Amino acid sequence: MIKLWKFKGGIKLTGFKSLSKSSEIKKTPVPEKIILPLRQHIGEIVEPAVDVGDKVYKGQLIAESSSFISAPVHASSSGTVIDIDKYPIPHQSGILERCIVIKPDGLDEWEPNVKANLNPESLTADEMRNRIRQAGIVGLGGAVFPSAAKLKPTRTIDTLVINGVECEPYITCDDALMRSRAEDIIRGLLLLRKLLQPIDCIIAVEDNKPEAIQALNTSLEKLKSDGIGSVNTIRVVAVPTVFPTGGEKQLIKVLTGKEVPQNGLPYEVGIVCLNVGTTAAVFDALYMGKPLVSRIMTVTGPKVKKPANFEVLIGTPIEHVLAAAGGVTSENHTLIMGGPMMGIPLPHSNIPVVKASNCILVESAEKQSKATAMPCIRCGLCATVCPMNLLPQQLYWHSRGKAFDKLVHYNLSDCIECGCCSVVCPSKIPLVHYFRFAKTEKIEHEVKAKFADQSRIRTKKREARLERIKQEKEEIKAKRKLERQRKKLAGVKNDVIDNIKVG
Amino acid sequence: MNDVNSTPVISSPFVAESLSVAQVMRTVIYALIPGILIYIGLFGWGVLINIFIASVSAIIFEWVMLILRDKQVRVFLFDGSAILTAILLALAIPPSVPWWIPVVGSFFAIVVAKHLYGGIGYNTFNPAMAAYAILLISFPLELSLWNAPLDQVNQSLSFIDSIKFSFFQNLPTSVGFDSMTSATILDYVRTEVGLGKNIDVISQSPIFGYISGSGYEWVSTGFLLGGIWLIYRKIISWHIPVAMLIAIICVSAISYLINSDIYTNPLVHLFGGATILGAFFIATDPITASTTPLGRIIYGAGIGVITFSIRAWGGYPDGVAFAVLLMGLTVPLLDYYTAPKVYGARSSYDKK
Repeated sequence: MIKLWKFKGGIKLTGFKSLSKSSEIKKTPVPEKIILPLRQHIGEIVEPAVDVGDKVYKGQLIAESSSFISAPVHASSSGTVIDIDKYPIPHQSGILERCIVIKPDGLDEWEPNVKANLNPESLTADEMRNRIRQAGIVGLGGAVFPSAAKLKPTRTIDTLVINGVECEPYITCDDALMRSRAEDIIRGLLLLRKLLQPIDCIIAVEDNKPEAIQALNTSLEKLKSDGIGSVNTIRVVAVPTVFPTGGEKQLIKVLTGKEVPQNGLPYEVGIVCLNVGTTAAVFDALYMGKPLVSRIMTVTGPKVKKPANFEVLIGTPIEHVLAAAGGVTSENHTLIMGGPMMGIPLPHSNIPVVKASNCILVESAEKQSKATAMPCIRCGLCATVCPMNLLPQQLYWHSRGKAFDKLVHYNLSDCIECGCCSVVCPSKIPLVHYFRFAKTEKIEHEVKAKFADQSRIRTKKREARLERIKQEKEEIKAKRKLERQRKKLAGVKNDVIDNIKVG
Repeated sequence: MNDVNSTPVISSPFVAESLSVAQVMRTVIYALIPGILIYIGLFGWGVLINIFIASVSAIIFEWVMLILRDKQVRVFLFDGSAILTAILLALAIPPSVPWWIPVVGSFFAIVVAKHLYGGIGYNTFNPAMAAYAILLISFPLELSLWNAPLDQVNQSLSFIDSIKFSFFQNLPTSVGFDSMTSATILDYVRTEVGLGKNIDVISQSPIFGYISGSGYEWVSTGFLLGGIWLIYRKIISWHIPVAMLIAIICVSAISYLINSDIYTNPLVHLFGGATILGAFFIATDPITASTTPLGRIIYGAGIGVITFSIRAWGGYPDGVAFAVLLMGLTVPLLDYYTAPKVYGARSSYDKK
């Protein structure tokens, strides 16, 4: 038995995983229209490398950036670029973002350069990293941090963690992936191990997914008997089912007892953590030469006809995916992208699937609308369940009061928005909603403060400059005056001399 | 600021698995039932009548205040907080008091201590304890006459007689008021020690039961059971009660070891007076207590130490109410200085 640690807080939730749980992954057909947002990752937005009217192949790079923290976008099917403009994307505030729209030709024709590479082990670390970057791979667990940036740590790595925890209720896409592609995940992991040279490799899976654990162990055995002895150091670890164990920081604590430093990254304590989906994408990129053009996604919830897991082309409109799952059973529903704890409510279904989309949850609309918030009774349950050990109730007061210095004191920026506090609140206060709002307000306030600071500095400089000019002018004036007086004096003298001479 | 968000927010999480405020308050009331039943069984109907009068008047005051303050009556009137306050107040006062004592108490608790400070969630002082303190100072005579256990009384009052006594102060001719009442253990010890008597002598009195006040020790046991159940149900956290009880045990044990002639043993303090009720039901009132784990321990321990100090050296036989009110003043500071370290705050870049 491997020793496991515990993170503070967290809650046990009803899973509802059996709705969509099955190892079968159906493919959704090529849609009528593909909408590819230019920002599907954390970091620099990418710039289009194609024009309206261009013919593109599946897997062709259509937008990129030279910034280190960024990820290119590829056409997910062959067709014609019909528009490059702002479209709604899955986002909390329903904002528009620049997108490339492709009208697929239905042939789904791969870019001719996409070829399988039978021996990716021979690649150097830099080559591997470069290919992972070029494939547009980002963290598919939901954080969408560009993976290549994660794979360039500035210190040695002790532990490589592959995250197959999937702690959100309802979602089973990682589970389905582990059950159907366990060997690919392990092969992807072996490449990452070659790249990072860690001492220890762990695949972590929540103990509510015994089939996935079984599949991974079976594949490990198979690879061992195939003569790949190096799989010996890979361990599949079952972790307790507590939300949010799948959070990177929480999982690292559970597996290693270490805490990622505040405002820091896992590599700072010698750990790199990648999602199983990301690992499979690394396999696809390095072995198959395929960039990230599709992902596995759960379509589930009480209001969807046939919940299942699908392999969906990135950019597919959600209505198309819902149709593949038999459609919704009632008009009275809420569409959520992601899980019930951290998902984003969508205003309508004409929004594309992005790299971060792990689930479409069709929840009954009554779920939230009945709750009326009472005043906070300071019971402190929110602090008990907070996996970051914050004091949500204090953050709530200061969010309402917009006391930004207090929000810094109580570490608002460490909130991972997991939703535990909102769930346990007896007063039904939408705490996380307040925190999201306060975070944007805080950023706005900081931008304003910075602008005010700059203005103040500018004003001060201007005043100093005006003062200097004034002084210079006065000096010149004084000089002239002095000169005039001297001249005058000289004139008088001359007059006197003249007079004397005359006299 | 608006108290109730009438338009619900559409934002994650979309999970509803928690208890509501009303359910929490109701659970606390259920946890009081064993103690209350023992209280009624050993001391008569007076306590039940007080609970009833206090609850009804509290609900009426709550309703009036909600209307005056233009709040949603539907949301707040039956959130359970007013009734819980009323019950705690009724348990704090002696069982045989005139009807207007619980009514005046409810008025102070609900109108002054609760609503004038902003209503549920905003009150600085524990309403029940603030009201009790005001009653104790305003009506010291009524508040100091405690019932003797029924088994030490010649004739007990029937339910009807108890109601009659509450409203008209009428007693059946066969019962004298003095025969019904006796000093509480803390009061008795206080007076007798003041007269220079030795604890060994004092504890021969029938006021002493097995470990603490006769009869009252069982009532405390009932509240202890309810309190443990609340911790088990995760309605309250262990920090405040455990810290308060340990603090009382420690200071009373030290005093007892130093001079057992004038200080009683810790069990008397633990099961006498309002210690157990205070530790599990009053000090744990979330609105007025500290919210951080360390803050709660300091808060609880502070209440324990102050309670003992008032009992041993202060002007009143019991001190739980004053201790709760005094420590309530420290809560903002406690919360500020005991904020737990966030995840990763102790960790730093580990060069290797």
